[in-house]
Amino acid sequence: MEAQKLQKKVSVSIKINGKVYTADVEPRLLLVHFIRDVAGLTGTHIGCDTSNCGACTVLLNGKSLKSCTMFAVQANGAEILTIEGLAKDGELHPIQKAFWENHGLQCGYCTPGMIMQAYWLLQNNPNPTEEDVRKGISGNLCRCTGYQNIVKSILAAAKEMRGR
Amino acid sequence: MLRKEDPRLVTGTGSFTADIKLPGMVYVRFVRSPYAHAKIKSIDTSKAKALKGVVAVFIAKDVKLNPVPTAWTIPNADLKIPKYYPLAVDKVRYVGDPVAVVVAEDPYTARDAAELVEVEYEPLPAVVEQEEAVKPGAPQLYDEVPNNVAFTWRLSGGNVDAAFASADVVVKHKFVNQRLQPTAMETRAVVAEYNASTDSYTVWITSQNPHVHRLLFSAILGVPEHKLRVIAPDVGGGFGSKITVYGDEALVVYLSKLVRKPVYWWEERSENYHSSTHGRDHVEYVELAAKSDGTITGLRVKVYANLGAYLSTAAPGVPTYLFALMLSGCYKIPNIQAEVVGVLTNTSPVDAYRGAGRPEASYLLERMVDLLSRRLGKDPVEIRLKNFIQKDEMPYTVATGLTYDSGDYAAALKKALEIVGYEKLREEQKRRRNAEKLLGIGISSYIEVCGLGPSKAVRGTGFGLGLWESATVRMHPSGKVSVYTGSSPHGQGEETTFAQIVSYELGVPVEDVEIIHGDTAMIPFGMGTYGSRTTPVGGGAIALACRELVAKGAKIAAHLLDTRVENVVFDAGRGAYLVRDNPQRSVSIQEVAIASYQADRLPPGVEPGFEATKFYDPENFVFPYGTHICVVEVDAQTGQVEIKRYVAVDDCGVHINPMLVEGQVHGGVVQGLGQAMLEHSVYDKSGTLITASLNEYAIPTSVESPKIESHFIYTPSPHNPLGVKGVGETGTIASAQAYVNAVVDALSHLGVQDIQMPLTPERVWRAIHRS
Amino acid sequence: MYPASFEYVSPKSLDEALSFLESHSDSSKVLAGGHSLIPLMKLRVVRPAYVIDIAKIPGLSYIKEEADEIRIGALTTYYEIETSDIVKRYLQALAEGVSQVADPQVRNWGTLGGSLCHCDPAGDAGSCVLALRGRMVVQSKSGKRVIESDEWFVDTFQSALKPNEILTEIVFPKIKGKNAGAYLKLERRAGDYAIAAVAVQISLDSSGVCSYAGIGLTAVGNTNLRAKKAEQTILGKTLDDKVIEEAAQAASEECKPVDDPLRGSAEYKRAMVKVLTKRALKRALERAKGGV
Repeated sequence: MEAQKLQKKVSVSIKINGKVYTADVEPRLLLVHFIRDVAGLTGTHIGCDTSNCGACTVLLNGKSLKSCTMFAVQANGAEILTIEGLAKDGELHPIQKAFWENHGLQCGYCTPGMIMQAYWLLQNNPNPTEEDVRKGISGNLCRCTGYQNIVKSILAAAKEMRGR
Repeated sequence: MLRKEDPRLVTGTGSFTADIKLPGMVYVRFVRSPYAHAKIKSIDTSKAKALKGVVAVFIAKDVKLNPVPTAWTIPNADLKIPKYYPLAVDKVRYVGDPVAVVVAEDPYTARDAAELVEVEYEPLPAVVEQEEAVKPGAPQLYDEVPNNVAFTWRLSGGNVDAAFASADVVVKHKFVNQRLQPTAMETRAVVAEYNASTDSYTVWITSQNPHVHRLLFSAILGVPEHKLRVIAPDVGGGFGSKITVYGDEALVVYLSKLVRKPVYWWEERSENYHSSTHGRDHVEYVELAAKSDGTITGLRVKVYANLGAYLSTAAPGVPTYLFALMLSGCYKIPNIQAEVVGVLTNTSPVDAYRGAGRPEASYLLERMVDLLSRRLGKDPVEIRLKNFIQKDEMPYTVATGLTYDSGDYAAALKKALEIVGYEKLREEQKRRRNAEKLLGIGISSYIEVCGLGPSKAVRGTGFGLGLWESATVRMHPSGKVSVYTGSSPHGQGEETTFAQIVSYELGVPVEDVEIIHGDTAMIPFGMGTYGSRTTPVGGGAIALACRELVAKGAKIAAHLLDTRVENVVFDAGRGAYLVRDNPQRSVSIQEVAIASYQADRLPPGVEPGFEATKFYDPENFVFPYGTHICVVEVDAQTGQVEIKRYVAVDDCGVHINPMLVEGQVHGGVVQGLGQAMLEHSVYDKSGTLITASLNEYAIPTSVESPKIESHFIYTPSPHNPLGVKGVGETGTIASAQAYVNAVVDALSHLGVQDIQMPLTPERVWRAIHRS
Repeated sequence: MYPASFEYVSPKSLDEALSFLESHSDSSKVLAGGHSLIPLMKLRVVRPAYVIDIAKIPGLSYIKEEADEIRIGALTTYYEIETSDIVKRYLQALAEGVSQVADPQVRNWGTLGGSLCHCDPAGDAGSCVLALRGRMVVQSKSGKRVIESDEWFVDTFQSALKPNEILTEIVFPKIKGKNAGAYLKLERRAGDYAIAAVAVQISLDSSGVCSYAGIGLTAVGNTNLRAKKAEQTILGKTLDDKVIEEAAQAASEECKPVDDPLRGSAEYKRAMVKVLTKRALKRALERAKGGV
């Protein structure tokens, strides 16, 4: 085993929303901290310390991930999509638009993670039932909305996206 | 109308406190006690200080700070306020009590250093339960609070003894309204920067009331109020837990001066669960007196309220005034007596949590009404209708002293019954009395007091300041409007609602109105957002300021139109002043604004500028009310409960933005259901909090949360400038008992009378099998 | 929230991983999906000096159907398992079991191998593996060995895996006949650990008699448990209400639940094992007969 594998800091390059961020980081640096503090993308939030709340959800290589439950070093070479990467040329993604139109958020803290999980859910299942949606976001906690308008938003987004 | 807040929030470009980055920022971490009760024998910070990347480590003797104030000093209650400091001096009194603070170059190093602080404790016996804590021989938290009794408060109306003496039936019950953890998705955070040249501080903080934080920080730090600028940026929910001014927050501000660098503190969830305030935690002994025809004649309540290890900012007022003043509910109860003992224990501090006293009151009332109806063999609907205050009896002064201004409680109940199909449900329930899945119907007819509040009344309860609200409405020369409000929304959407009010009053497009809140350097003194006051009181202030502005504009318009001011009328729809008998002659409000800044064509006695500031002190509270009905299916073999329907009929007066009103009902209902179904702050005997993470403390997910059928009745508040009542807490005040009444109803044929919240499957199962 | 420091090791092959593990077995932790290990590290309950990331080693994630067995690579995720047609067809209890672990994000990353090595008595996958007689293939520098599921679950958070070994594959026998499974989980809220849960896999021969019986129990013992007596009660019999009732009763007597301040008393959990076993057997029976 080469000695360099046991150094204190490790160089990582992670592509986030199409841009590559390279830094020397401690292995223990959580991916969510890399996204927020190294890449400066603070739209991804932290709401707990036990991998329950889902506020930190991003997509990594196309799979939704609670970014607090991965080290940045594991994500070396990966492609990540965060909330900041959804809108294109100033135009909101249909899911973002649907949340706005259907009052799918109140304080907005859980919202980025909720939207990213909805994005993954609809990629996998473009025509979900209400039950599919409720199960699909069961790893994203919200304390403000009671979920009703979040579910409404996701179903509305699904309908619009199927129509495109 | 869609929300103005949303574009930034759905794109992740909002600015929450933890998102703030300042050059040279250092990171704060608290060292907190692992013991519920212990003497501090020694603290050795040398190893922590020696760690590379550590800037400083402080303990109590290094920081000169005053005790953390309790701002609601209830009178006539023998109130004893113990001295509680931001860092423990010689004793720790709850798990999470801060004993030292580390400042380091990054949060990982701060965490490493915190581990290296060596504290020698001498553990003491701990007491976590309130009735245990008042017994002789119980561990004492403070020498100055004998028997851990912080206050004994009483309220009395009518003649309760006579009512009970002459009663046909007396129903007695003990309720535990269990302790909860508010769990806003955003935990607390503080970023503070000290400016040596002006000896002043800028603080970003997760606060529901920046001026209150500023005032109390000033007291704790010994710094003049005007030297503190406090900014609440985007705040991710509060539910009462961010009203509190905490010692740890004040200490972070102080550190910015000690270390001469911007400081950053972010609360981990486990920290939040230990040291941010908890809610509820009542043990209640309740007696209800009634006639055999179901007329309620008296209510007697004795409560032991667990306040935790120190008296938090508003703590004394929540289980007393905010609770007992509502003990009449929607009913005519001529004789009411309440005694509340506030008890300190070795647990986290307890303060306001969504509803703050009113859920506790409506829970016990609606459960007692159901118990009474079972005792008398009557339908719970009948008992409610019999005892309701009627619409034509308004305004009605209840035995606790409050005067309800308007409302039709019977109409709300009848509407809910019709929507849910009550008669059919009762028939179906009968058919399924021996089925594997039992049907239950739970009714909750609630009323609450909010729109806090008229200052005279509020001050009479010992609250530190009045509960008016401020607004400055300024139209700029270009016709755009800035509103500076003392309200501090953190999810409720008033950036939108307030803009709608201004648009309606001044006739300007909503896009041209900006709402500025949260920054003490920009807004007039404000009392903040809680107690469902933001739209009634904050919005009321804005409406009044707009009207004052319109009145000033009328004088200018009259002058410009060369007529008398009595001849000028403002048409908000057109955003213009018209000559009454010649409406073609008009001048827009924007033209009036420019004229006010040009100031060369102003009538005598009118100053330049086009803005108005109002401090609105409401003449009364507002009293939203309603009936919620919950229909459940109980799996008799496992005790699992499924909500089949949830119908909410609410009257919160005028709706400025119906979409937002309904959103508040949804969120409030689910939080109340959380208490009924899942949530409970559990301590073991040694005072360790077992529910210290979201793995243990279970809040509702999307799967448990029902679809809520939300309906409304509209009775404008007669005294509010907009006719608005509050709605931010009504859902929580209504829902817990709707659920519990439903489950008990499903099992009533088995003789089940009550089940303790949260109704875990096991508790429901035991109720079935005991019977 | 902030783990203690460690050195990160990212071997490119299984051989490299095993070599490093051989010389650092008492100071290393193997990282796969990370959704059990990383939460423990964030709590600082676990503080390895070295973390060996095996997630990128090729050839450890697959679901293969062979003539007489199904082979699942240790790095296969819950999501891949719950959506696999092969697993749904032959290992239905496992498909249904892993679909109820935690939440969708966790299931995207958590692995079958990781769950088995973590050996949490409240882990859902383990009970399914017991019910399906899975065999664990582990490797070390000294070679390969196979551990039967009955031997795998040693104690709470302690599997039969030695410190210098890595679990590489789980092999399930293909069950003959009309086979179906079910996993019923009683939980406080969606995604929670089970109060109690039961995994059932049965098969009916051509005369409708039960020719295979696998029953695994979650969260009612110091490890996942196999309800052997309950299995014996139904094996070789026609599954009618009486036999199912007896099996459910046997399962409730075999389990060893403890009181938990949050998730319930031993008495309740035991009673629920009976209810869930009964319901799971009925559901599996319906499915085996061709229903849903």
